[in-house]
Amino acid sequence: MRSFGVLGLAVGAVMAASQAMAGTLDDVKANDSLQCGINTGLPGFAFTDDDGNWTGFDVAYCKALAAAVLGDAGKVSYVNLTGKNRFPALASGEVDVLSRNTTWTLSRDVDLGFTFIGVNYYDGQGFIGRKALGVMSAGELDGASICIQTGTTTELNLADFFRTNGISYEPVPIETNAEARAAYEAERCDVYTTDASGLAATKTTFADADAHMVFPEIISKEPLGPLVRQGDDQWADIARWVLNALISAEELGVTQANVAEMANGTDNPEVNRMLGSEGSMGEMLGLDAQWAVRAIAAEGNYAEIFDRYIGPDTALGLARGLNALYKDGGILYSPPIR
Amino acid sequence: MLFQLLLVLGLALLIAFIASNTIANLQRAGLASGYGFLFDTASFDINQRLVAYSSTSSYGRAFVVGGINTILVAAMGVVTATIIGFCAGVLRLSSNYLISRTTAVYVEFIRNVPVLLQIIFWWLIMLALPRVRESLSIGDSIFLNNRGVRMPAPIFESGSAIVLATILAGVVGTVLISRWAKARQDATGRTFPVGRAGLGLVAVVPLIVYFILGQPLDFEQPVPRQFNLKGGLNITPELVALWLALSTYTGAFISEIVRAGILSVSKGQAEAASALGLRRGLTMRKIILPQALRVIVPPTTSQYLNLTKNSSLAVAIGYQDIVSIGDTILNQSGQALEVISIYMAFYLMLSLLTSAFMNWYNKRIALVER
Repeated sequence: MRSFGVLGLAVGAVMAASQAMAGTLDDVKANDSLQCGINTGLPGFAFTDDDGNWTGFDVAYCKALAAAVLGDAGKVSYVNLTGKNRFPALASGEVDVLSRNTTWTLSRDVDLGFTFIGVNYYDGQGFIGRKALGVMSAGELDGASICIQTGTTTELNLADFFRTNGISYEPVPIETNAEARAAYEAERCDVYTTDASGLAATKTTFADADAHMVFPEIISKEPLGPLVRQGDDQWADIARWVLNALISAEELGVTQANVAEMANGTDNPEVNRMLGSEGSMGEMLGLDAQWAVRAIAAEGNYAEIFDRYIGPDTALGLARGLNALYKDGGILYSPPIR
Repeated sequence: MLFQLLLVLGLALLIAFIASNTIANLQRAGLASGYGFLFDTASFDINQRLVAYSSTSSYGRAFVVGGINTILVAAMGVVTATIIGFCAGVLRLSSNYLISRTTAVYVEFIRNVPVLLQIIFWWLIMLALPRVRESLSIGDSIFLNNRGVRMPAPIFESGSAIVLATILAGVVGTVLISRWAKARQDATGRTFPVGRAGLGLVAVVPLIVYFILGQPLDFEQPVPRQFNLKGGLNITPELVALWLALSTYTGAFISEIVRAGILSVSKGQAEAASALGLRRGLTMRKIILPQALRVIVPPTTSQYLNLTKNSSLAVAIGYQDIVSIGDTILNQSGQALEVISIYMAFYLMLSLLTSAFMNWYNKRIALVER
């Protein structure tokens, strides 16, 4: 008879697993914790601080979302995901949102059944190589060995780039960033390719960082952003507008320091609508009026987050470039909150 | 009996439930299932291709390339693991203290360290070889560096087919001669130097034909270019690392099987042989090993299967086997279930084929009872 008990348990487990598709907002509230999928470790974007807490550019978004939904930026359970298992983890409901430098593409949006809720970093694939090679651009790489981190769009971009330019190369595809970097450092390959932000992050870890250069070419468009499961529009809306609120906050001059004060009401109706002293934006989203106040108070507005983790004053030293606000010459643009 | 029937019924229901649940979930998630994606363009490159492939080939073609790469490393591994295993197994029984202890240390060390670590270890050793611009070279035609071993590639010109045919004829001839020699020895007791005759047929005759036809074989030499050596054949460090790791790892297990097999043959057999005046090598070859093989072959089959399956750890160091290539396909197409099912079908087929062959061989060497 014991075997029947085991069988019953197994059936119960499968049944339970098949029902976890209800409203994500309700699930998050019921758990009182946001399950956020992040990188396994990428300097600047997702890394542990001296106390062992996860922090970084992508992690900051998780905190803002948790603050908006649950009222506490600390109520996040981080799930570290590789390039390979991030999509199954999101599809199966293991994470509520994936904030892991993931490129927005048509097939991922449509075929894999996800909804990208915006772009938090406009990136592109680049190359890093030794200055001693005497190569100034990627077009001169005919016959080179190229290390690639697999499980990303990089292999595809690379093949397309070399096919377009009619030059040959030897791909050396390696699963993790750490091993791919080891292969590059041992000169198993001449150049290493991944997203330009990732290259800047990786370069900081080299002992002889000055001996390497990032080539000027960017061979692909890599709009990186958070994504959620398709089919739960309310949750996607919340995730989308939390990101938009962070960008709008920069545009409107709302910062971590002044958000509490501005929430009491200002002369600017746009600020008032976003921070809840006018209108009922929060209620429309299924949250309360203070949602954006908490999201901004968590880690600051977009500019503050950018500068703290990946900006010019950090080890990564990334310039705003495309990621500047539209009025500063970039393409970052939030739809109006009204 | 009733409970067994109920259990089987319950299991069948559970499996049916899981299957229907999966299909329902896939449909709800809007995921297309089926194998149609295999005809889509792969759009990525593979560095080790034994059949024609380019980034415009299909996913299905990429799977074929990966499958062949797996079979290649598994076949190479099985051969060397067997050789290492037999040598180590015999050496560990040596009466020479130094030899038997050294072998014991090898076996115990290798057996007790995870094979993934050993693969990465060998890979890091390969990476520590000279850089490409400081390649070690033998006569400017074979180059060794941390991007692999590059050697001249043979170019077969007209007439080379005849040379290959003579080699093949030599092999067939040698097999026939050895059969005839065995039959004659059984009947009359007279021996025949099969080894020397075989060498003549397989090597000397084709060599003569080769020179008569005016050396119809040319070599493409590797030439240094800006980044890499170009031309010739390249064996990647990933293949070498994986091959060495799998051979030494599985070899250690096989050596224990061989040792057990030899020890299973009663000591009286060896004593009887030496009483008849047979030399030690001959005793091993003609008396001990044929009997030991019956004990050795079945568990060795499992080791071959293990080696084949362990080759999927290649993904860690970037050897493009079926799993490494399949993972890329999985990532691009999102067809997780289908890709995993292809892995399973592939390894199952490979394992069944290996088992079938080993079972046939086992039957052939089994004790003929009269």
